[in-house]
Formats: sequence, structure tokens, C-alpha cells
Amino acid sequence: MNFTLKIWRQDGPKSPGRMVTYPVTGISDEMSFLEMIDVLNDQLVRNGDEPVAFDHDCREGICGMCSMFINGEAHGPNRLTTTCQLHMRSFKDGETIYIEPWRAAAFPIIRDLVVDRSAMDRVMQSGGYVSVNTSGNTVDANALPIPKPAADEAFQAAACIGCGACVATCKNASAMLFVSAKVSQLALLPQGQPERLNRAESMVEQMDLEGFGNCTNTGACEVECPVGISLDHIARMNRDFLHAKVAKKG
Amino acid sequence: MAKSGLLSSSLSKKYAMAATGLFLCLFLAGHLAGNLQLFIGGIQGQTAFNEYAHFMTTNPAVKLLSYLTYFSILFHAVDGVVLTVQNRRARPVRYAKERPAENAGWSSRNMMLLGTVMLVFIVVHMQNFWWKMHFGVVPTQMVEGVEMHDLHSVVMAFFGPENLYAMPAAGLYVVAMAAMGFHLWHGFESSFQSLGLRFDKFTPLIRGFGRTFSVVVPFLFAAIVVFIFVTQS
Repeated sequence: MNFTLKIWRQDGPKSPGRMVTYPVTGISDEMSFLEMIDVLNDQLVRNGDEPVAFDHDCREGICGMCSMFINGEAHGPNRLTTTCQLHMRSFKDGETIYIEPWRAAAFPIIRDLVVDRSAMDRVMQSGGYVSVNTSGNTVDANALPIPKPAADEAFQAAACIGCGACVATCKNASAMLFVSAKVSQLALLPQGQPERLNRAESMVEQMDLEGFGNCTNTGACEVECPVGISLDHIARMNRDFLHAKVAKKG
Repeated sequence: MAKSGLLSSSLSKKYAMAATGLFLCLFLAGHLAGNLQLFIGGIQGQTAFNEYAHFMTTNPAVKLLSYLTYFSILFHAVDGVVLTVQNRRARPVRYAKERPAENAGWSSRNMMLLGTVMLVFIVVHMQNFWWKMHFGVVPTQMVEGVEMHDLHSVVMAFFGPENLYAMPAAGLYVVAMAAMGFHLWHGFESSFQSLGLRFDKFTPLIRGFGRTFSVVVPFLFAAIVVFIFVTQS
């Protein structure tokens, strides 16, 4: 297969960037999207050009490291798929493919397609944990009864791999789906109750500080999320935050 | 420990949007119920509508509600602009290639545009009737010994052949109602989501009711205008 790639190239955080066109030839339809970029980078290096910088790690769809806004959609045209699990058979031979970095003020570009997603880490640090004393006395997780539906829903929230596709997709660059998944995975479990309201409050506050946009409830994030995080979690966070602001003591 | 106040966070702004938006839906239902009397012909319709207009402008409870309505419209508009400005800032560089229709409905992506059309309409509409009723010279009608503003005649004349602008005005009213329909299509359901009211059994009902409301209410408002325009000309 042959493709025309239009890729965002940017030397550094402060440098101006531009879309650059590259032809790639001899691509197998069984290659993953990242392998196709590997082929392009091999060509670029052989020609003495700078390879395209992009994020990747596990290449098996679980780490959340790969990003890329492909042909106007986060992680490309397929649903419930990370970029590393997207294969070239999903594209037409001869197609022109736009490849851009996640675009958000909260995700500054480091180089080419690599963005700094540490804003999400800071949101996690602000409250995405449970304060459990683990020094020497590990508690048996099964000692605490948890209803199956609650465990399942918490697990669904915990499936969030923190890739940032929700932010990249949202017309407002809002991080609500990510933050709400991280709020929910603990809010649904008994271990998460003591800090529940503080957590929602702190994480929303940090989310705002990072410069993410507001939620318009378009639902685009849920559609593009590679692990299918539900808007239910956003509603839960909205409830918890309101509860915290209205009824929390201290 | 979180320090932000209730009104400063992104979520609080959304709660305010939802609350004012839902209140304005109640206002729409009330306004429509009154306007439907314009379908009634003859002196009977004229009296019914003028009695309704008289009640709406003199009853103290309604007056209180009307101030709440003015406040809600202004707050909803200003809050909407603030949210939109923040949203634009959150993505200073746009994508070269976007396919927004792949994952979100048109209404949900154009709430600001639709709201702006409605705000322009509200200003024109209030100038057309509210201003005349409150500050202009309006003919009167005696109903059971009480002198009332004859708003019915003002409405009929406004969409009648003697008004050169009746046609473009009726057109604007119909377009504005279409914009309102699309705005409500997303806005009604979205308000409940913003307030966290999303549950498996409840949300489909809200969606169904909201979408019915967003079609029926603007359609009836527009139908009244078209009916008057056609019957007067």
C-alpha cells in the first residue's frame, strides 16, 4: 500500500511548526500505524533527515502512551482502538493521511507528535489516591465486601489508560472524561469513601488550573475513548463535586 | 484541600448554565400556553389574550418570575460567553483536519451559535412587543370594567399587511424558533448531565421528553406566527 502522509513537524516547544508531506510506499496492510511510521522514519534517517518524534511504549493497546490525531480523529478512524492497535488495512490504498499531535493548551508540544501530558499526572496527584497505611500490614482486599455491580463499574472506570484522547477529541479540550474516570474508580469502592468529596473537589480544581476546557456534554470523548469510558462517570463526578460544595463539612 | 469557591470552578459554571436553562424551559412552556390563545378567533380570542397579558404584567408573583426570567437569560448568555472564551483558550491551535461529525451531534457543537441567534431574536422580540407594552402607546380594550392594553391588536397589526416588515419579521421568528429547537435538542438533556442527574432508568425518559419538547414547543411558537401572518394578509 502507498500513502501520502501530512505530518505536523515542530522542532521544540517554542519553535513554529508546520504540516509536512511525506510519501510512503510498500506498506503492508498488516502493519500497525506505528509500524508504518517506523518505516517512514527509517526512510527519513537513511536520507539524513530527522525522524518524526512520536510517543509509544507497549504497542499492545494497554499503556496509553501512543497518541496521534489521525485524519481528524484521536487514535484514527476505528472505535475502541489505540493508535498502536490501528492497522493500515483500515485505510484505503493511496489515501492522504493527516497526522497531528493532541491539541490542547494543557498538553504543550515537546516535539513533532509528542506532547507533555503531565497535567494529567498533576490531576492524579491532587487526589487520585486512597490514603491507606500499608507499612507491614497489607490488608486482604477481599476482607471488605463490595457489591459486584459496584466492583464492575469501578473496574470499567479504572480501565482508563490516561492516553488523553478525550482531551484531544473534545472541541473544548476538556479533560472531564479522564478526571471523572479517576474520581469514579475510587468513589465506587468502600476504600474510596473517606476522601470521596475532597477528591472530587481537589481533582476538579487541579483540572481547571491546568487550563483544560469546560464540558459541553457533546459526548465525543466517550465515542473516541479507546477503552470505552462512559459519560456516567462525568455525571457521578458532577454529583460528587456539587455534594462537596454544598454539604461538605470542614 | 480545595479552595475554589462554588461559582469559580468549571463545574459550577455548568451547574449555573443547567439551572438557568431548565428554568427558561419552564418559562417557554408558560409563554407558549399564553400564546396558544392567539389561535382563538374573534373578540373571544382577543379578550382571552388581553386578559392573559394583563395578568402577566400586573400579578406580583408573575412580576417576580419575570425578573427571574430576565436574570436567567442574561446570566445564561454571559456564562455561555465566559465558558466559550475559556474553551477557545483551551485549544489555541486548531487541528488541520477535523471530523467533528464523527463523534458528536451538530447541536451540541453549536450551542454558542444557536444561543447567539436566540439572543438577537430576544432583543428584537422584546422591542417588538415587551417594549411597546411597557413603554409605548398601546390601544386599550375594556374587559368587565377594567381597561387593559390591547396587545392582541398589536400582535395582529405587527404581522399584518400594514406592517412593511411583517414578512422579514415572521421569517426571523421562524428561524429563531428553529435555532431554539436545535439548542434545546442538546441543552435539555445536557442540563441533567451537568447536574449529575444521569441514571439508567431516568436518562432515556429525560432524553425522550427533552427531544419532544425541543420539537413541539418551537414548532407551536412558529406555527402561531405563520398562522397570524397568513390569516392577516
